Amino acid sequence: MPGAFRVDLHVHTCLSPCADNGMVPTRIVARALEAGLAAIGICDHNSAGNVAAVREAAGKDLRVLGGMEITTSEEAHILALFDGQEALERMERLVQDGLAGLNDPEAWGDQILVDSRDQPVGIEERLLAGASALSAEATVREIQALGGLAIASHVDRPAFSLAQQLGFIPPELPLDAVELSFHFRGEKAPFRAFGFPLVSFSDAHFPEEIGRSRTLFRVEEPSVAALRLALRAGGGEW
Amino acid sequence: MRLSHIAKALDLELRCGDLEAEASGGYVSDLMSDVIAHAEAGDLWLTVQIHANIVAVAAMKELSGIVLTGGREPEAETLRKAEAKKITVLASRLPAFELAGRLYQLGLRGRERHAGGI
Repeated sequence: MPGAFRVDLHVHTCLSPCADNGMVPTRIVARALEAGLAAIGICDHNSAGNVAAVREAAGKDLRVLGGMEITTSEEAHILALFDGQEALERMERLVQDGLAGLNDPEAWGDQILVDSRDQPVGIEERLLAGASALSAEATVREIQALGGLAIASHVDRPAFSLAQQLGFIPPELPLDAVELSFHFRGEKAPFRAFGFPLVSFSDAHFPEEIGRSRTLFRVEEPSVAALRLALRAGGGEW
Repeated sequence: MRLSHIAKALDLELRCGDLEAEASGGYVSDLMSDVIAHAEAGDLWLTVQIHANIVAVAAMKELSGIVLTGGREPEAETLRKAEAKKITVLASRLPAFELAGRLYQLGLRGRERHAGGI
């Protein structure tokens, strides 16, 4: 018997240079539960380094899907979410192999690795704000090959969206969905015309933003595998 | 070449910062990763990108300034960050090709780079 699950699959942590340093596991989990979410996706820029910590902090109360917000070589953002840790780490290696440069915290912000009790355990030195060497097409192909969920981020926004960077979304790109941002207020029709299911998530960079935009799915459980099937069958509601 | 001279000659409008810096070269690109990889300190950067990240890129690469081309205007956050980082942001109604041509006529030069692709 399927249940109705509210999910927010686009949440950053203090590992993302642009996110608030208060985006630590216990606060993320507390805020997600407060917002009535059944699952969240942890998607830091080009890294999955804080996924395990948030998952551990969540315990059984909240499902935490592991992911990344990948910057493709065209500087388009694509969310990649996985059920398994191994697939996530393989994707992370592919992304980080082509990531150039070192972070300058003064220019971009801090990149803090934490444990499940919010304690800093390291600083990520690579420039996570940079772009990977994978094209959008290669990125989506690899996500799919590893059994993940591929969602084009905030396609209604003027920066880092697949639609803006490439002019339009290639219809043959095997995306599972496209995300409209929290800011979106207009007509959905032009975005439906891309031919992919629409979802909306928070893209939270601050704790209070978690859940400000979420999508409801009627599935057995809010896993990547079940959400993929639900998207193919017509998508979620928001 | 001083930014004040360039701005006056080509009708560039100042959106943030001052015109004191010397531009030692020019670079045109709308991919920030490309600018990070290939622009050089002192370059004047022509782009249509208006996102706040252009400020971080310009600061990181010690560029002499950013010119938003084709009538683009900076986002509010971009201006806030540019003020904090003291990055000069200029705006031009001309498209990048036209503006680059006029900068070249004025005597500003890029550098021949053999970067070997991205």
